[in-house]
Amino acid sequence: MTETRGGDRFFDRVVAATPGGEKLALCLQCGTCGGSCPSGPDMDHTPRQLFAMIAADMEEEVLNSNTPWYCVSCYYCTVRCPQQIPITDIMYTLKRMAVQKGKFKEAEAADFSKTFIGMVELYGRSFELGLATRYHLAHHPLKMIQMSGMGLKMLQRGRMALRPEKIKRLDQLQAILEKAKQLSAQTGGAA
Amino acid sequence: MSTDKKYAYYPGCSLTATAVAYDISTKAVCDALGIEIKEIDDWNCCGATEYFAINALPAYALVARNLALAQDEGHSQVIAPCSACFLNLRKTDEYMGKYPDLGQKVNQALAAGKLHYDPGSLRVRHLLDVVVNDVGLDKVESLVKKPLYNLRLAPYYGCMIVRPDSGFDNVEYPTSMDELLRTLGAIVVDYPVKTQCCGGHMTQISDDTALDLIGRLLRSAAEYQADAIVCLCPMCQLNLDAYQDDVNRKYGTDYKIPVLYFTQLMGLAFGIPEKKLGFGKEMVSAKPALAKITAEPPPKKKRRVRRPKEALPMPGQE
Repeated sequence: MTETRGGDRFFDRVVAATPGGEKLALCLQCGTCGGSCPSGPDMDHTPRQLFAMIAADMEEEVLNSNTPWYCVSCYYCTVRCPQQIPITDIMYTLKRMAVQKGKFKEAEAADFSKTFIGMVELYGRSFELGLATRYHLAHHPLKMIQMSGMGLKMLQRGRMALRPEKIKRLDQLQAILEKAKQLSAQTGGAA
Repeated sequence: MSTDKKYAYYPGCSLTATAVAYDISTKAVCDALGIEIKEIDDWNCCGATEYFAINALPAYALVARNLALAQDEGHSQVIAPCSACFLNLRKTDEYMGKYPDLGQKVNQALAAGKLHYDPGSLRVRHLLDVVVNDVGLDKVESLVKKPLYNLRLAPYYGCMIVRPDSGFDNVEYPTSMDELLRTLGAIVVDYPVKTQCCGGHMTQISDDTALDLIGRLLRSAAEYQADAIVCLCPMCQLNLDAYQDDVNRKYGTDYKIPVLYFTQLMGLAFGIPEKKLGFGKEMVSAKPALAKITAEPPPKKKRRVRRPKEALPMPGQE
């Protein structure tokens, strides 16, 4: 069940988890965001609709919407918003909340992000071949055949590494990330 | 060469692999321009657009480790050639200062690795900004030995170099790269989608979304008869170059538009050999486009004489 109203409003949690998020209260429902969005047509709800739903504390519906996962971080909405709402940052907040609560079931995008950061935590650098293999095997094994042609061309051109590149002070990075995760857990994911 | 233009260099992961041509040509061009770059020792990934989607504080801490390393090395400015890295570095620096609570927590995390970063102590710059505004187009012009006459180029900026407002060019209609390419002797096409999105990571998540976005860019560049698209971000280059075949298959088109880095074209105009600029690594070959470069500038087009207003068919005058 969604916990709404009272002392624990969904709206307030979204605001608290986003730097500068308090501007969300100023949304005019003008729709400039949706009109500027390159992936708007693929979204369940336009950003404007989503903000109205957040204001109405419709937590379930918002976190199950595909909208944040289709945000490509182009920041058109952010620079065009007449109320200077950090819209892209709010989309990131909603992604994090959905991941934490296990919402939005067709979360390929979430798995891609998780696989990506898994590589980064393991090596300190991104590793395309490992990322593509692990992620596509899990989600679209058939696409692997199509992808392998491109992968081969990339290899021939020296554009893809076969082995991950590891940073020297990986332990230092891991200690930093571990501490950051602890701090994050203490504050319920708010940054 | 002047030694006052010293910068920390943050190549980012792409420049070690898919965008190795960008790394090679950046180094060649910086050398020619007297931009002194020193790679940050043991830098790590910036998290791209992925880490912020999962956990915010570690995402900021990941980026901040790089800022702290550069600060410890005594730098006051850092160059990022990748737009996503550029955005993450400058956003983390800005937010750590603007939101002291966040800044304090990030530094608590950094302390676990015996590091510290003072927000505001580094200026994060995109390579294009440094070339156009620190070095200047006069200097660039003075180095041009083989002008790119007759080559029609579509400058493609994408998103994160200008948005959210990075301060050095217009957020919707930037022109720095247009002017730079014109300085190199090329013909620059003014097409309407130069700051539209390349699809980012959607190529991995939703073909339909990604190929639609990539297709829009290719279509517009083709309509404006561009010989090549010029990029300043490895993600943009990869999407437009490596997925061009997929776009052709999906929409029944036959685009063969090479997608190059602005540094490669600068190097070419400076007379640096193609091999030293990473040419040949692109999936769509640049050879046919480069063959169009002529030794002489194209003849200036005669300005069309405007018809007098009276000659225009006006309603009610039949």
